Amino acid sequence: MESSGEIKKRLRELFEAQKLAVLSTHDNGQPYASLVAFAVTSDLKYFLFVTPKTTRKFANLTADPRVAFMVDSRSNEDADFHRAIAVTVTGTAGSIKKNAHPDLLRLYLARHPHLEEFVRAPTAALVRVAVSRYYMVHHFQHVLELDISS
Amino acid sequence: MRWILPIDRVNPDDQSRVGGKATALAALKSEGFPVPDSVCITTDAYHAYLDTTGLRERIQLELHRKEFDHMRWEEIWDCAMRIRNLFLGKPMPLDLADEIASELESRFGDRPVAIRSSAPGEDARQASFAGLHESFINIRGTEAVLDHIRLVWSSLWSDAALLYRKEVGLDLEHSAMGVLVQETLVGERSGVAFTRSPHDEHLGVIEAVYGLNQGLVDGTVQPDRWMVNRESIRILEHTPAERRHMVSAAKSGVSQVALSTDQIHDSPLQPEDVERVFRQALRAEQTFDSPQDVEWTIRGETLYVLQSRPITTWTNQAEGDKRGWYLSLHRSFENLRSLRQRIEHQLIPEMVDIAREMAETDLTRLSDTQLADEIRRRVDINMKWTSVYWADFIPFAHGIRLFGQVYNDTIRPDDPYEFMDLLGATPMASLERNRLLEELAAMVREDRSRMEAYENQETDHVDDAFARKIEAFIEKFGDLSCPVTGGTQCGQGPEALLRIVAEIAAHPPPAKPPARSDDVRQLAQAFLDRFEDEEKDRAADLLDLARASYRLRDDDNIHMGRIEAQLHAAMREARFRLERRHEDELGDDRLSRIVSEINGSETGPNRAVADEQSTRSFRARQLVGQPAGPGICRGKARVIGTSADLADFRYGEVLVCDSVDPNMTFVVPLAAGILERRGGMLIHGAIIAREYGLPCVTGITDATLFIQTGDTVTVDGYLGIVTVEAVEFI
Repeated sequence: MESSGEIKKRLRELFEAQKLAVLSTHDNGQPYASLVAFAVTSDLKYFLFVTPKTTRKFANLTADPRVAFMVDSRSNEDADFHRAIAVTVTGTAGSIKKNAHPDLLRLYLARHPHLEEFVRAPTAALVRVAVSRYYMVHHFQHVLELDISS
Repeated sequence: MRWILPIDRVNPDDQSRVGGKATALAALKSEGFPVPDSVCITTDAYHAYLDTTGLRERIQLELHRKEFDHMRWEEIWDCAMRIRNLFLGKPMPLDLADEIASELESRFGDRPVAIRSSAPGEDARQASFAGLHESFINIRGTEAVLDHIRLVWSSLWSDAALLYRKEVGLDLEHSAMGVLVQETLVGERSGVAFTRSPHDEHLGVIEAVYGLNQGLVDGTVQPDRWMVNRESIRILEHTPAERRHMVSAAKSGVSQVALSTDQIHDSPLQPEDVERVFRQALRAEQTFDSPQDVEWTIRGETLYVLQSRPITTWTNQAEGDKRGWYLSLHRSFENLRSLRQRIEHQLIPEMVDIAREMAETDLTRLSDTQLADEIRRRVDINMKWTSVYWADFIPFAHGIRLFGQVYNDTIRPDDPYEFMDLLGATPMASLERNRLLEELAAMVREDRSRMEAYENQETDHVDDAFARKIEAFIEKFGDLSCPVTGGTQCGQGPEALLRIVAEIAAHPPPAKPPARSDDVRQLAQAFLDRFEDEEKDRAADLLDLARASYRLRDDDNIHMGRIEAQLHAAMREARFRLERRHEDELGDDRLSRIVSEINGSETGPNRAVADEQSTRSFRARQLVGQPAGPGICRGKARVIGTSADLADFRYGEVLVCDSVDPNMTFVVPLAAGILERRGGMLIHGAIIAREYGLPCVTGITDATLFIQTGDTVTVDGYLGIVTVEAVEFI
């Protein structure tokens, strides 16, 4: 049986190993999915990603900040079904000023150093998502919910 | 020919492709030992089969439903059975089947063959795999041979093999199986030879039987035994067997037949034969440069070596290692049949007698000293029967599995548990109890005043028939206040019983479970029709044995419960006396001593850390266990921690517990579904759920931790998934 400490450890390991997450937003009820390069704070309370402000996902989350992510460890093989972990993250997104949060910027760039120019562009927004819950799926159908907001 | 390699083309480098047994046989052949004509189906064939059929991942999914380390042995049994059924249900791809069939036909024609496992060692302990995988002898016809090759493959995932790998921590994913196909050598005398005794390095051991050595290997035929001095090859000791039977080749497969009078009289080996066999075994030891365990057979004048492997002893035979016991649960039909005799004609009647004898003792008339002695005696009686339970009753349950395997091999049903339907139509004590409860409830439904009058003891208005029925119930099954084996809070009086009857009566009578007797008859007929002549009788005997085994799975606990209840009754009397004792009063101290001793050793029913739950920031949304009763239901959970919780059970609730004890199944008619921490298809909860047609999921280890009474849960008995309805986090 897992303890919440063990669950957090597994989450951190997964977020350490994966660079990309699928982000869900919506436009008037029409769901929309996009791939983003993410980073997560060590307390697991915030997800970060960077997007040009002209994108559909940015427009969507500006209109409705409720978003979800999916991060998983699949390797596109049959064995994924018994081996892979998938984590759904729900939370609230907000664009934050880059120069007001140098620590978050550093954290993000440490994960994705090759995105430096992209991140520094004035048209790119740093989005911070305050996580409310994690849903961890493993053993194919075993699902645990972890509340992180409290 | 990637998939087949004749034995004379195998060299030591091929170990990983053909396995240890085949490599050893090839080495013996090249040294000039007479060995059966053999070919190897390589592990490449096994891998090709897994990949083409998609079984590789299906096996892993079965094994990863939960942490393998958390699986109980019964769950591993089930897992192995489902995996075996996957192999049974997937024929070989055509190209593979064609290549194997044409090679085998050209080599063996239509002669019967033996099909043996030959697993590559997964590590240095490879030889310890001896005996874990299956082998078949005297198999005829291409179709049957191909089928049995798949069965040998599937035995890589047999419960014994899985338990072993779990025990020694071997990788479950990366393993493969080679198969040896050999001419069937029908020897007149067979046996094994150990070139060095595990107990004395100067001794070797020879065992021999008439006929084939299958009976010796699986323990159904007792062998003659010789101890031989390794140096002088002199016989030091001969222990003759009680010779009665031998295993011989039947039309297909093998059967046990009686020995002739001469054979009963004469040992299978003469001293010169013993010497010959031992010299041959020593030659094998020289070939492999280590002490060997050699299987041999003598046909005519020729002494054949069937296989040779290094002698190993089980590792980790530490205290508490129960693997040996698990493996001993694989009983042969003959063994189970004599066990049944013992259980039905000796043990159960003894249990009934001892429970009755204890019940007839008027405890109130005993002095304190006598009561203390009586408690001690009842503790001993309980201990005795608990050990009988482990030694005889649980192993007898293997009869169900033995039948299940034969049924699945014969019928190949989509549902690997279809065979359970054939077993279910047998009367079980707990079902009889539930029928009586329903009768009581029907009387209350008809006239509710019956209950009130009885409860309020309105002597004038009490319905005699109702009162008699209540008393008859208590006489037979107890008052339900102490229903859980191991429960300690026993009330005295019918309150709990009345509460349950009232709850049943408050709801419409259950839709009668579909009359299945016709279906069962048809299923049984379809099964028996697959056999002919004496095999048909044997199949019918097996079905009969399995039904007895199934019935006993439930009844033994009821009988155990009755014996235990008598200990509780004596304890109740003792506590009652001790409470009333004045502090200054001198009584026999032995009474208080034994009461505190037993109080101390009693562990209450599981309370899997519900307290921890309140501090948790996580909860379960979906929990995966084993599908154990098809169907789906949604309802409020009722978590049963102690027997006291049972009386609160409400109609339409989902029963959540460690394990459904037959002594608590009286709430099952009220339940919408069952959810158990203990896993396995053959445990009581699963059996009773199937009887009542209730959705059931077992083996959810965390069930009582994540689910609390009052939570709404959905039980999906098809997939083995339980969903806990979202409750907002605090």
